[in-house]
Amino acid sequence: MEVFDLLGVGFAVALTPQNLGLAVAGCILGTMIGALPGLGPSNGVAILIPLAFSLGLDATAALVLMTSVYYGAMYGGRISSILLNIPGDEPALMTTLDGYPMAKQGRAADALVLSGVASFVGAMIATLGLILLAPLLSKIAYLFGPAEYFALYLLAFCTLGGVASNNQAKAAIAAAIGLGLAMIGLDGNTGMSRLTFGSLHLLEGIDFLVAIVGLFAVTEVFVFIESQGRDSAVGVKLGKITIPYRDIIATRWTMVRGTAIGFVAGVLPGAGASLGSFLAYTAEKRIAKDPESFGKGDPRGVVAPEAGNNAAAGGALIPMLTLGVPGSGTTAVLLALLMTLNITPGPTLFTDRPDVVWGLIAALLIANVVLLILNVPMVRFFVKILSVPPQILLPAVTMISFVGIYSLSGSSFDLMMMIAFGTFGYALRKLDVPTVPIILGILLGNHMEDNLRRAMVISGGDWKILFSSGLSIGLWVAAIGGFVAPLFLRKLMNKPQRITD
Amino acid sequence: MKSDRLFGLISLGVALAYIASASQIETSFIMDPMGPKAFPIIIGSVLGLAALVPILRPDADPQWPDRSRFMKLAIALVVLMGYALVINDLGFLLSTTLAAGLISYQISAKAPQAALIGVSLAVGLYAVFNLLLGLSLVGLPPFLGR
Repeated sequence: MEVFDLLGVGFAVALTPQNLGLAVAGCILGTMIGALPGLGPSNGVAILIPLAFSLGLDATAALVLMTSVYYGAMYGGRISSILLNIPGDEPALMTTLDGYPMAKQGRAADALVLSGVASFVGAMIATLGLILLAPLLSKIAYLFGPAEYFALYLLAFCTLGGVASNNQAKAAIAAAIGLGLAMIGLDGNTGMSRLTFGSLHLLEGIDFLVAIVGLFAVTEVFVFIESQGRDSAVGVKLGKITIPYRDIIATRWTMVRGTAIGFVAGVLPGAGASLGSFLAYTAEKRIAKDPESFGKGDPRGVVAPEAGNNAAAGGALIPMLTLGVPGSGTTAVLLALLMTLNITPGPTLFTDRPDVVWGLIAALLIANVVLLILNVPMVRFFVKILSVPPQILLPAVTMISFVGIYSLSGSSFDLMMMIAFGTFGYALRKLDVPTVPIILGILLGNHMEDNLRRAMVISGGDWKILFSSGLSIGLWVAAIGGFVAPLFLRKLMNKPQRITD
Repeated sequence: MKSDRLFGLISLGVALAYIASASQIETSFIMDPMGPKAFPIIIGSVLGLAALVPILRPDADPQWPDRSRFMKLAIALVVLMGYALVINDLGFLLSTTLAAGLISYQISAKAPQAALIGVSLAVGLYAVFNLLLGLSLVGLPPFLGR
């Protein structure tokens, strides 16, 4: 079997002492980031990327570290959901519904163990799905020409705007802002400067890391300062940790169902982990014989969203790695990491750099086992972290994000730009305008334009080339459908507000 | 209502300005059928069209921070901007102590504690980044000479 050979290569890469150490460090950091309210997977990874880059880690090592953080944050989010009734990050929102009531009934430890196991099942099956599906999809991706890629990028924006936001027009505005910012700088085709207004700083274009850390991390600082004292949390004591075998066995099918739903939500561009956990929870509630027990501490209500969000996290890596189109906010940030490391995701990644891809996959398998150990027997350590007071935590997070950007260029201009993005992001957050499309626009803008222009070169300026293959027509239909359909479905399903991942 | 209308109007203005400046982009002798102007103009048009929706059909207003919270935010913003401006001149330790301390004070309003947090964060992060992670942040103010 070819897959096993490739996995062998991957494990050889992942099991070097350096990469193994990074995976463990990433898991610990990630669980902490996930557990702390206000720091989620997308801003946690965003803060750490400039640092990973300044440290001079090679591509595989940086990816191993960051994806471990990513998986870890998905595990960690549930901890404060269950103990404090505050989601540690966005995808863990649904876990508060039954996790906190369960904790109040004195079953905090059970809820933590159960959700830890569900996270493990979800993430593990999703990683296996990634192993099977990604090489297949990367073969299909060879069929993509410039016109198809253009339609694919459009699809990513449309589904992101359609499915993951509350207002299509605002998502479109956000996407246009991101794309518009991407145009600033030198035009790759003609070498002329565009929209720089004579500024030398802008000639190189806007550094997407500056924008990402600003929009995610600095915005979060402002939101945190504003909401200070408004969230009153009543913590729940954590008793002795035992393994609730009976609940685990009773919820085994819930785990599988949550995983399947989450995985599909993750693979679709634009959906991501928040939606994965939301859909898994609502589906489980809908098929239950006793839906009224949900919301009152039902173990299934803890298991379904956790399996769903971790499966979605794995699934979202598939379009990012094979097509270069991220399926969620955090994978958009991971795409930024790849681009900083000069790795072009897409089908060629699987043939040109099997060490990177399979090293990453092996590292994910290892990270899952490490995370299970960290999140079940050692969960008490992370519970302690929740008691770090905000007046220490917030300045620390702010300073770390500043050092990250500062260490890249040492320029005040970049820091000011980051603060500007942070302030802008805060205003957008207030107005319910999603920021993920902006990031996606900045990341993909130049690729999108290149592909459009290349298609026009091929056709000699004939626009019909955009709809010349079955594949591209299908993508256009999916894009328009993904953007328009939620307008009609919105009444049917009440989504949680504000999805950042 | 008002917030969304204002946001839409600003976006519309930005879109028009963007299209105007995109149409000024110089073309060069190397030309592809689309050229460097078309895509920015398309983006500007999408922005302009989408901006009409919040003007015509605004969402309900969000809860904006009250005066005291707004002041806190404004001070935090000024502190961060100050930090960005002085970090090169004052070095990492001094500027981080100030910035971290002030932000901490914004949250807890306990001056001695905030000062302590500022100093320990500056020293702690400096140690972690420079000694453990191998970055080379300039610790002391450069004008002191080294």
